[in-house]
Amino acid sequence: MTPRTHPYSIELKGISKRFGTVQANKNIDLQVPAGTIHGIIGENGAGKSTLMSIIYGFYEADAGSISIDGQLVSIRNSQDAIKVGIGMVHQHFMLVENFSVLENVILGAEGGAVLKQGMDAARQELKRLEQEYSLDIDVDAIVEDLPVGLQQRVEILKALYRGAKILILDEPTGVLTPQEADHLFRILKSLKDQGVTVILITHKLREILASTDNVSVMRQGEMVAHRETVNTDKEELAELMVGKKVRLKVDKNEAEPQQTLLSARELSYFDSQGVERLKKVSFDLKAGEILGIAGVSGNGQSELLNVLSGITPMASGEIQFAGQTITANAPKNAAQMRDLKMAHVPEDRHKMGLVTGFEAYEAAVLGYHDSEAYNGKVLMKRKAMLDECNERMAAWDVRPPNPHLKTANFSGGNQQKIVIAREVEQNPEVLLIGQPTRGVDIGAIENIHEQIVKLRDAGKAILLVSVELDEIMALSDRIIVMFDGAVVGEVAASEADERTLGLMMANAWNEGRGVQV
Amino acid sequence: MFETLILILDATLRVSTPLILAALAGLFSERSGIVDIGLEGKMLAGAFAAAAAAAVFGSAWIGLLFAIAASVSLALIHGFACITHRGDHIVSGVAINTIVAGLTITLGLDWFDQGGQTPSLTGDARFTPIVFPLADQLADVPVIGLIYSELLSGHNILVYLAFAMVPLTYWVVFKTRFGLRLRAVGENPHAVDTAGISVALIRYRAVIICGVLCGIAGAYLSTAHNAGFLKDMSAGKGYMALAALIFGKWRPVPVLFACLLFGFLDAVAVRLQGVSLPGIGEVPVQAIEVLPYVLTVLLLAGFIGKAVGPKAIGKPYVKERA
Repeated sequence: MTPRTHPYSIELKGISKRFGTVQANKNIDLQVPAGTIHGIIGENGAGKSTLMSIIYGFYEADAGSISIDGQLVSIRNSQDAIKVGIGMVHQHFMLVENFSVLENVILGAEGGAVLKQGMDAARQELKRLEQEYSLDIDVDAIVEDLPVGLQQRVEILKALYRGAKILILDEPTGVLTPQEADHLFRILKSLKDQGVTVILITHKLREILASTDNVSVMRQGEMVAHRETVNTDKEELAELMVGKKVRLKVDKNEAEPQQTLLSARELSYFDSQGVERLKKVSFDLKAGEILGIAGVSGNGQSELLNVLSGITPMASGEIQFAGQTITANAPKNAAQMRDLKMAHVPEDRHKMGLVTGFEAYEAAVLGYHDSEAYNGKVLMKRKAMLDECNERMAAWDVRPPNPHLKTANFSGGNQQKIVIAREVEQNPEVLLIGQPTRGVDIGAIENIHEQIVKLRDAGKAILLVSVELDEIMALSDRIIVMFDGAVVGEVAASEADERTLGLMMANAWNEGRGVQV
Repeated sequence: MFETLILILDATLRVSTPLILAALAGLFSERSGIVDIGLEGKMLAGAFAAAAAAAVFGSAWIGLLFAIAASVSLALIHGFACITHRGDHIVSGVAINTIVAGLTITLGLDWFDQGGQTPSLTGDARFTPIVFPLADQLADVPVIGLIYSELLSGHNILVYLAFAMVPLTYWVVFKTRFGLRLRAVGENPHAVDTAGISVALIRYRAVIICGVLCGIAGAYLSTAHNAGFLKDMSAGKGYMALAALIFGKWRPVPVLFACLLFGFLDAVAVRLQGVSLPGIGEVPVQAIEVLPYVLTVLLLAGFIGKAVGPKAIGKPYVKERA
């Protein structure tokens, strides 16, 4: 080796971890050079999070060793991890929401039984850290009042305050706008310049390529490849992740929009707390087009889907669909909307799309279970349901093709195929589809996207809600952006770029802030 | 009229004392995320243990120690069920209340043969009033004299302790490391865990403090306010303390005022017994006694807005990673 004493900031040897029958990590080796940004990429369930949980002391590995700066260490809990200089920014923030930034940062590192002294000292130290890395945070702000981008910086600050030399970020950009993500990567860059080693876990290839020095790829619990980022590309990484060649582009022709199938006018909705979640949302949806709704999660997209599909009644406004006028006084419920040939693939397939305890063939008729095709005079026609399920499983490549398997036991991608197949095979006029590929493997994403485009080409209208900007841009023919319950912009897909959409998603387009960047 | 008011306020202080102690007990427990409907049971157990030990040893202080020990053991059982075994907090609390209600009478019958009561306590076996210096001499000074000698002076030590506990609780909860962790663990235990602190340890400490305070409240009932243990003598005070806790939104000072309000209504109820009000006639005592509960419901429903408790309350902490 080189004469440097600690070439690797962290080194894993032969890490294995098993949960019941699942081998989550298999003999993992990983070397992360000091002072670099190291990406770890892999599909959902590839074992990335398990591996990081082992490093952070949530789990103990069944076998293997961890060295920090060349020293063998034993990490049995988070306290041990913090002691050896590891900090972690979790996907779901570990913050106490009604605490101030300062209180959150010192939690667990208070510096004395009485808070006063420790708090004063921490205030000084935070000021220094905050300036050094230009984190731009008011330490007395209450965390729940901060936007997610800033909450994430609080997490980073927490780690730095504890003297972290190795910072692990688990899917850090899932909840961020592109601008916030860019800011995050600038912060990570400056951390790196100060000698901090950063480990970035993500499934987004673009981020890996844009920000890391090295990248390691995991697949099915194994570490399958290590690359220098400059020597690899999207295609190679995707292939390594999936284990076979994948196409990342969606093939589709120019849309040929025809007559308007659904028009929404000034839809409003208030939640149970009386907060206005939809603010006079209007749009038209035409046959033969995919209308994408972009926005950071929680800006009214879910509420819009629920109102359109008849799950929750609107407060005011009007929907024109299939010759009917639907208003707050003349509502239609979800079953009635289905009868009018509006299909809905809900955002959360576990909560709304499936009954996970049902067998696949049962789940495959949900929502259409009253249809004549499945019902005899008294009993349901089990055979008809099974036959149809078998057919669909073949057509949609659902694996394993077993109609008796409980839906909970299919992978995310296959569950999603069951749901989408159920809705699409009813030959709807309008398809509402929320987060079609959330938690779905790359291989299955390709398939799902193809099916959506096919439906469009058959002259149907599709309303696509997704928090994945890449997906919105790849599939949509027209894009509207939602912020805080209102539509804040509309662009044709051909003219959309990430920066414009990102600014709209942060509602910075109107405020003029950052437009000149 | 002024004298009547002072006397009612004086009674208010005495009636509020167990409420304050129990409500602060609940505050520690619930701030840590452990629902405690078992305040009632712990208080009753404390009352019995205090009276029994005081009767045997002839010392109120030994009684107090036994009360705390009994109440803390129940708190630990509650902790074991809810923290270690992630059981349902309400079920565990109700079980404790039920067991104590029966056990105190059974043990009382067996030990003292007085129909479930403990022997009457006299002398050192009770907490006696502390008379402030010059209280008697100043009693005749207008206004101030009465307030000093009647309202402030002449209570037993546990009354003063209960009131002293309010600022102390405030200080502990909001100004110390333990308090910060306590509040954090009730809001987001995952944050506490990832900060390298044991969630279980913090919660156990919280339920132990809860046990200590409930024990003192119980001892107050049987060895200070009364002179012995009576069947079911906590009489719903634990539930009322819980109401005060919610009413006071889990904050020490508002909780104090909620307890005082409930105590005041109680004192008025006693005062109104058999009194005929002009235009209304004789008010049934029950109608007044129900007031604290009606008031809680009304105020919570209409006037003070939603009482939002600690976010993680009642949810067992399961360490899990997706």
